[in-house]
Amino acid sequence: MARLVIEARPERSIWAPVQVSLLAVLLTCLGGSVLFVIYGVAPLKGLDAIFIDPLRTRYGIGEILLKMAPLLLIAQGLAIGFRAQIWNIGAEGQLIVGAIAATALAIQFNGTTSPLLLPAMVVAGMLGGMVWAGIAAFLRAQFNANEILVTFMLTSVALQLLYYLIAGPMRDPSGFNFPQSIRFDSAAKFPILIEGTRANASLYIGLAASAVAVIFVQRSLVSYKMSVGGIAPAAATYAGYSSKKAIWLALLISGGAAGMAGVGEVAGPLGMLQRNISPGYGYAGIIVAVLGGLHPVGIIFAAALMALVYVGGDFALLSVGVPNAVTGIFQGMLLTFYLACSFLLTSRIRWIKPDALAREASPD
Amino acid sequence: MADTPLLRLRGVTKAYPAVLANDAVNMDVMPGEIHAVLGENGAGKSTLMKIIYGSVRPDAGTVEWRGEQVDIQSPLMARELGIGMVFQHFSLFETLTAAENISLAVPGTIADLSDRIRAASAQFGLDVEPDSRVQAMTVGERQRIEILRCILQEPKLIIMDEPTSVLPPQGIAKLFETLRRLASEGIGIIFISHKLDEIKALCDTATVMRGGRVVGVVDAKVESARSLTRLMIGREIAAPTHSGERGDGHAVLEVSGLNYKPQDPFAPSLKDISLTLRSGQITGIAGVSGNGQDALTRALAGEIVQGSQDAGTIVLDGNALGALGPDQRRVQGLHFVPEERLGRGAVPIHTLSENAGLTTHHAGLVNWGMVKLGKRRALAQGTIDSMDVRCGGPDATAQSLSGGNLQKFIVGRELALRPKVLIASQPTWGVDVGAAAAIRQKLIDLRNEGAAILIVSEEIEEIFEICDNIQVMFRGQLSSPVQVQTTSIDDVGLAMAGDFAALAGREAAHG
Repeated sequence: MARLVIEARPERSIWAPVQVSLLAVLLTCLGGSVLFVIYGVAPLKGLDAIFIDPLRTRYGIGEILLKMAPLLLIAQGLAIGFRAQIWNIGAEGQLIVGAIAATALAIQFNGTTSPLLLPAMVVAGMLGGMVWAGIAAFLRAQFNANEILVTFMLTSVALQLLYYLIAGPMRDPSGFNFPQSIRFDSAAKFPILIEGTRANASLYIGLAASAVAVIFVQRSLVSYKMSVGGIAPAAATYAGYSSKKAIWLALLISGGAAGMAGVGEVAGPLGMLQRNISPGYGYAGIIVAVLGGLHPVGIIFAAALMALVYVGGDFALLSVGVPNAVTGIFQGMLLTFYLACSFLLTSRIRWIKPDALAREASPD
Repeated sequence: MADTPLLRLRGVTKAYPAVLANDAVNMDVMPGEIHAVLGENGAGKSTLMKIIYGSVRPDAGTVEWRGEQVDIQSPLMARELGIGMVFQHFSLFETLTAAENISLAVPGTIADLSDRIRAASAQFGLDVEPDSRVQAMTVGERQRIEILRCILQEPKLIIMDEPTSVLPPQGIAKLFETLRRLASEGIGIIFISHKLDEIKALCDTATVMRGGRVVGVVDAKVESARSLTRLMIGREIAAPTHSGERGDGHAVLEVSGLNYKPQDPFAPSLKDISLTLRSGQITGIAGVSGNGQDALTRALAGEIVQGSQDAGTIVLDGNALGALGPDQRRVQGLHFVPEERLGRGAVPIHTLSENAGLTTHHAGLVNWGMVKLGKRRALAQGTIDSMDVRCGGPDATAQSLSGGNLQKFIVGRELALRPKVLIASQPTWGVDVGAAAAIRQKLIDLRNEGAAILIVSEEIEEIFEICDNIQVMFRGQLSSPVQVQTTSIDDVGLAMAGDFAALAGREAAHG
C-alpha cells in the first residue's frame, strides 16, 4: 500500500520558493490554455503570443523593461512590509500621490534646464507616497486601525484628488480643457535607455532599490526586527522590539517606493499628469512581491514575468484576438496558483513505496 | 475477560522526515491499570499517544481496542471509542471561555456544563472558573481545563501527558487520588511523566522508551528511580552540585511597591510586590500558575513598562529601570528566559543563528545598523557547544529542535552575556531529565559567579533543589522570603494555597 504523504520539511529550503513559483507559472499556463481553447485559439499559439512574442523584438523588450521599473520598485517596498505582516495594499494610491507631487515640481519649474529638477521630482514623489502611506501608519499605530482597509480606501481618495487637480489647479491652461497637465520639459523626464523604445532610466531606480533591498533584508538589524515582529509578535515583545516602529517603517518604505514609481510614469512614458497614470501597477506589485517569495532577488524575476504578462497581453490582443482582460486573468491565476501551492513552502510531498513501508514496519 | 487488554499495540511504527519517531512499539494497557510511559523528550512518547488518540496515523502496526483490531482515524473516533487525552500542548480556543471550550467536546448547555465544571473542579481540586476566557489564562489554568474536559467525557482510557507539572503538591495528591479512583472503576490510564517519584507512587507498570523504541516494560513499584533513569537515558545523570552561598550577597535588584492592574478583568493583578535579588543567590518563586507570576516576570523584564508613580520601583545597582523596555534592561545586565520557547523565546522558522541575535544584538553584533552575521553565527555555535544542544548546527531552524534542546539554547543565549540578573520562568518545564539537570547546573554556575537569579517555577522540587530562598505567590501577592533550609515542601504547599503564615511561622520558630 504505497501512498503519498504530505509532511513538514525538516529544515528551511532555499529552493522551495523557486519550486512553488515555477509550479504556479506552469499551472497558469495550463489554466491559460483552457482559456484560449474557449476563445478558439490554439493554446500553444496563445501562450506563444503572451510569453514569447514580446521577447522577439527590441520594441517588446523595451516595453517589458518599461513596465518592470514600477513593478520592481513597488514590490520591493511592499515585500519589506509584508515580511513584517504589515499589509499595504494601497500602493496604487501612493503611486498617484507621488506622481502628483512630482508634477507639482515639473509645473513650478517649467522651462528650466537644471539637471537637479528630475532628482528633486523623484524625492518629491517619494515624500508624497510616504505622506499617503503615513496616514495609514498613524491610524494603525495610534488607533490600531486596520492598515489593509485604510491603505485600500486611501487609493480611492487619491484618485479623486488626482481628478480634481487635473481638472483644476494643475490643468494645462492652453490644453483645450482636457483633464491633463502641461507636457513636461525634457529636464523633467527620464532619459530613454534603449534607442527606439520607451524604456527609460527609471529602471535604474528599481534596480538600485532591489540592490538596497538585498542588503537591507539580509543584513540590517531593522529588517531582522521587523521580520521577528511579523512572524512571532510575542518574541518581538519579549525582545523589546517596538511594533509601532515596524508599522511606521513598513508603510513609509513601501509608500515612498510606490511614490517614486509614480514619478517614473509621469516623467516617463506619459510625460504629463493625466487621469490614467497606472494600469494597476500598485495591485500588480502585490502579486509580484508574493510571487517573488518576498525575497528581493525573487522579486526581480517576478517583476520581469509580470511585465512580460502585461506586454504579452497587449500582443495577444493584436495577434490572436483575445480580449485585453487576459492580462488581468493571467495575473490573477499566477497569484491564486501561487497561494494554493504555497503550503509547499513548509511542507513537502513524499511518495512512500510499498517496500519502504514494509521495511519501516518490520520489527527486525 | 480480565485478560483482554483494553488497548494493545503491536509493531506500531511512525517515520518522520528526520527521525523514526516510533519503531515497532508494543504496549498493553489493562482495564484499571495506571500505565506509565517514560522517556526523554524526543523518545517518541508524544507520537505514540497521538497515534492512540487518532491524530497521527501510523505507517505500520496494529492497534487493538478491547480485543478488536481498530483503525483509529481521528480524535473524534478515539473519543467515540472511549479514549480521552489531556495534551501537553493545549488545544483550546483563546477567545472562548473555559465552559465554551469544554462544550465543543462535551454535549450540554453552557449553564449546565458550568455547573458540572464547578462540581468536577471541587471534586478533583482543579480550580477553573467556567466563565473566564482562555486568553487571559496561564499555562497551568489551561491545562486544568484540558483535564476537566477529558474527565467530563467519561472515557474508558485516559491519556495524560505530563499532567502534574502545573499542580501544587496538595493538588498532585488529590489528582492521584482521583486517578486511583478512576482506575478502581476499571478505567485504564496512560500516564506520561518524567518525574520518577510520581510514577513510582502512582503507576503499576512502566513502559520505558528511548529513541522511538521500547527499551523495557517494568514494574514501577519495584524499580528504583536510579534504575529507571538509567533505562530511560542509557546513562547516569549527575545531580546538580549546590554549594553554600557565594558572592557578597549585596542587593542587585530591588523591587518595591510594584502594582499592576491588567486590562483583562480575569487576569491576575500584582499587589504591592516587594522583592530583593542578591548577588550569589537564587530566589525561587513558588505558586500555582495563574497567580500573577506571568505579570511579575513581564514587569521585571520590561515587557510591561511601569509608568505611573504608584506602580512601584525597580532598581538595578542604583539605576531605576521602571521606564525602560526589555532591550534597554538587557543592556543594564538584566536578562529573562520566558516560559514559552517557540514563538516567544525563539522565532520558530528562524535559524538558531538568527535566534541567537534576538536578545544579544546590543553586545557588539551590529555595525552601522548591519548585523555582523559571522559574529552572530559564532555566538550561536558557542551556545550550542557550551550547552550541548543537539541540533543540526547554527542553520537548523528553532522549530526543528526538541523542547529540551531549544530551552538549552535559549538559556545558553541569555547566559552568554554574563547577566547581572537572570529571571527564568519555568526553566525546565516539559524538558527531559538530562536537559533539566544541565540547565539547573548552568543556573547554579551563574549564581556561583555572583549573579542574582530569580526562578519562577511550579515544580517545588526544582525550587528546593537549586534555590537559596523561597517566596510564594498567591493571587497577585508575594510572601516574604524564607531560606530553603528553614522550610519544608508542606509549608510551601500551604503557602501556595494562600496561607503565608505557614512559611513565616516556621521561619520564626527557627529564629
